[in-house]
Amino acid sequence: MATRFEGTDSYIATEDLRVAVNAAVALERPLLVKGEPGTGKTILAHEIAKALQKDLITWHIKSTTKAQQGLYEYDAVTRLRDGQLGDPKVADIANYIIRGKLWEAFTADTAPVLLIDEIDKADIEFPNDLLLELDRMEFYVYETRETVRAKQRPVVVITSNNEKELPDAFLRRCFFHYIRFPDRETMARIVEVHYPGLQKALLRDALTVFYEVRDVPGLKKKPSTSELLDWIKLLLVEDVSAETLRQRDPAKLIPPLYGALLKNEQDVQLFERLAFLHRRESRS
Amino acid sequence: MLEGFLLELRDAKLPVSLKEFLTLMEAMKRDVASYRVDDFYYLARATLVKDEKHLDKFDRVFGHYFKGIENLADAPVPIPEEWLKRLGEKLLTEEEKRQIEAMGGWEKLMETLKERLAEQKERHQGGSKWIGTEGTSPYGAYGYNPEGVRIGQEESRHRRAAKVWDKREFRNLDDRVELGTRNIKLALRRLRQFAREGAAMELDLDDTIRSTAKNAGWLDLKLLPERHNAVKVLLLLDIGGSMDGHIRTCAELFSAASSEFKHLESYYFHNCPYEALWPDAQRRRTEQVATAEILRTYDQSYRLIFVGDASMSPYELNEPGASVEHFNAEAGEVWLKRLVGAYPKAVWLNPVPERYWDGTMSIGMIKRIMDDRMFPLTLEGLDRAMRKLTR
Repeated sequence: MATRFEGTDSYIATEDLRVAVNAAVALERPLLVKGEPGTGKTILAHEIAKALQKDLITWHIKSTTKAQQGLYEYDAVTRLRDGQLGDPKVADIANYIIRGKLWEAFTADTAPVLLIDEIDKADIEFPNDLLLELDRMEFYVYETRETVRAKQRPVVVITSNNEKELPDAFLRRCFFHYIRFPDRETMARIVEVHYPGLQKALLRDALTVFYEVRDVPGLKKKPSTSELLDWIKLLLVEDVSAETLRQRDPAKLIPPLYGALLKNEQDVQLFERLAFLHRRESRS
Repeated sequence: MLEGFLLELRDAKLPVSLKEFLTLMEAMKRDVASYRVDDFYYLARATLVKDEKHLDKFDRVFGHYFKGIENLADAPVPIPEEWLKRLGEKLLTEEEKRQIEAMGGWEKLMETLKERLAEQKERHQGGSKWIGTEGTSPYGAYGYNPEGVRIGQEESRHRRAAKVWDKREFRNLDDRVELGTRNIKLALRRLRQFAREGAAMELDLDDTIRSTAKNAGWLDLKLLPERHNAVKVLLLLDIGGSMDGHIRTCAELFSAASSEFKHLESYYFHNCPYEALWPDAQRRRTEQVATAEILRTYDQSYRLIFVGDASMSPYELNEPGASVEHFNAEAGEVWLKRLVGAYPKAVWLNPVPERYWDGTMSIGMIKRIMDDRMFPLTLEGLDRAMRKLTR
């Protein structure tokens, strides 16, 4: 089994990312990943699992998620109902303990990769509530008076979109990596991984258009890696040639099939206005 | 050897704890990083820095501590002209000196050099580094001995020195605004509106008991939507001109506010908002957003907060074309009324002490437009303003 993460054939990991992942794996501490949306934070956990040949357990966090749900939940309501109905199951409280994702990860036979996705979505106290559990990798179930301990410490990957500040005590226990928006070179490699054998000319022109769009001031939502990949797929399906992309005809300032890149009508409007201004300039 | 690094990081106000430092030691012991300095840098960064806004600071300290020579201070280091001149003269042959004369002499050369440096500063991010780290000596073109006049350090360093930490790619994530504004933060917390919306989550005990009793003891659960913070704020700040004395107070308020709300959008204006606002105070000449677009973009669930001294010539408010900065087609009053009309919940925070308000005509005018919702920028005033906004 591989013990070091070197990126996979479908994921380009920069050098700093590799070091951060390997440090987290070797020291068995959580890895906190931040970065612009669409730079592959969630995918990273999938790829780590794939590269290290481990199972992946995903815990998606929502604004209503509680830390306790990751450990276990005691379903008192069902038990009360069963009690009213006289079900014999009711005598054993263990029947009403529902295991959470952390429990699942702790008791797996081989240490899995546990992804805690978008931790900043949850309540501000959420990370604090998980401090001890993630640090010691054990927790206590009050209802059954047992302690659940991790057989092997799972690889924990936590992603955050920076919607909330995370508490210092929590941060101290993690390794941290900020995924920067890929530069042209890295981006070309990423595209190559997803669409091997893509025409060099098309790739170059598509990237030029893409980075130009990103540079337009005032865009509400800058297109990201995932949007670029979608767009290239569309270009391939529609058979748009590199020549079409290269046409710097002001009337066609809006890139072909822009729907994949611009997801917001205000941004499309902005582009249309720019195109309009451009045309007026070139006419006068 | 690394203890000094830790201390230096802490001196640079990076929140690095002993625990993280020990983690780094442990990682080194376990050979997580190979013996390449790059790997060590990445490892140290992943271990010690936990927020992207500190990455730039970390890069600077790392560069300083492990190079010793490059002090990546923010101020560009001035190069004494005399020094260059002497150095040049010492190393030049008579023939080269004649060449210089032919090119217009020292003065001309220094001019060119200055231009070069300025150019380089613009092209290179930030421009606060030693000139030499670009890898090419700006002097090479003139035939000077490159050994003598290189600025900064030796050639062998150039390639190495422009290393990852030297690139300082995280520079614009560094936010310098101090966060020591607990007081204001406390008051702003009032704005957290505990709106009852979202998924049904909490058990409504009273209702459950009532309903279960009605059900002849058969359990009937009733749930209640849970509270969560859903406040959205549109902050408009006055900069420049008469506001200069109050900018500090404003910046404090702003930094305190940023972590408190679900959405916080801030724009700047000068004296009075007109047809365009600035998303960034520094780049107000180049980047503008039409006020109409702001009205379109943010719906009326946003709370509008102005921060400004409202002190200006009355004409700036009620006459078209009277703005101090540009020609405004419509009077400031018109735009102010539009904004207040678009956001039913709006307040104006004024750093001018309340007792002086009567002395300035424009304050009274704006206060009227705001329907008296103008409050002084004090804890007590904030408290009143926030109460007004949540109501």
